[in-house]
Amino acid sequence: MQIDWLAFTPGPALVGGMLLGIAAALYVFLHGRILGISGIVSGLIHPKMADWSWRVALVLGVLTAPFWAAILFDLHPLQKIDADWLAIIFAGLLVGFGSEYGSGCTSGHGICGLSRLSPRSLVATLSFMLTGFLVVYLIRHLFGFGS
Amino acid sequence: MKKYFSLFSQYLIGVLFGFGLLISGMSNPQKVLSFLDITGNWDPSLLFVMGGAVLVGLAGFYIVSKRSEAFFGGALHIPTRRDISKPLIIGSLVFGAGWGIAGFCPGPAIVSLGSGHLKALAFVISMLVGMAFCQRFFTGQKKPA
Repeated sequence: MQIDWLAFTPGPALVGGMLLGIAAALYVFLHGRILGISGIVSGLIHPKMADWSWRVALVLGVLTAPFWAAILFDLHPLQKIDADWLAIIFAGLLVGFGSEYGSGCTSGHGICGLSRLSPRSLVATLSFMLTGFLVVYLIRHLFGFGS
Repeated sequence: MKKYFSLFSQYLIGVLFGFGLLISGMSNPQKVLSFLDITGNWDPSLLFVMGGAVLVGLAGFYIVSKRSEAFFGGALHIPTRRDISKPLIIGSLVFGAGWGIAGFCPGPAIVSLGSGHLKALAFVISMLVGMAFCQRFFTGQKKPA
């Protein structure tokens, strides 16, 4: 293991992370719900869907965040997407299926679940970190794609 | 009236969450993949994202655990299950594999879509297909979270 000091940005990471925590805390305090993006999105296409307005409001907020960041703070963070189209589509299928079957994603299990000391979310987080590390190792180092 | 305040509040929380993803670097798939690349040139920044989020979240969820209902009214919808089930583990393993391929998870993919990236659109559409497939054959009988 070798740390990429040039890419390492602990300051913005910590500030951004705290904003994520504040959003999750406000959400459960004001609205009584877990701020889990996969669950909120999947509820929109669920066959037993009954409540959609609040889900749409939240997703629209996330969707328009880059617009407000640009308008209000002239902030245009870099977003580099190296995976090719086929990989993107395959990854989307896995992320959609996995978060639905596993009842959550990085926000629901990772942020909210760990914050409320849920054993299920700890297991989920360790599980997705494990395959995340493994897949990047396979793609970058065993098969030698990408940097 | 209260309903509209509540919806507007949810919109603003979505924006705040999106800001967090943008500022932290989570919305940049390349940075996420550099974090997952522990045997290569490792960028540990995302540990600080998680640390910052959970630090604040611990306090927030502790305060809410003392309350019986949400500020805008209604019951608290906080999961109560404690069983470590097979779907929980299998689903999370599959999720992580997809995360490692593209560097996208659901929140950042939506932010990236909002930034106008066509690949994020492709990701979000296939993510919805993956969710719908799972609902159709596995989880469609239980109520949405």
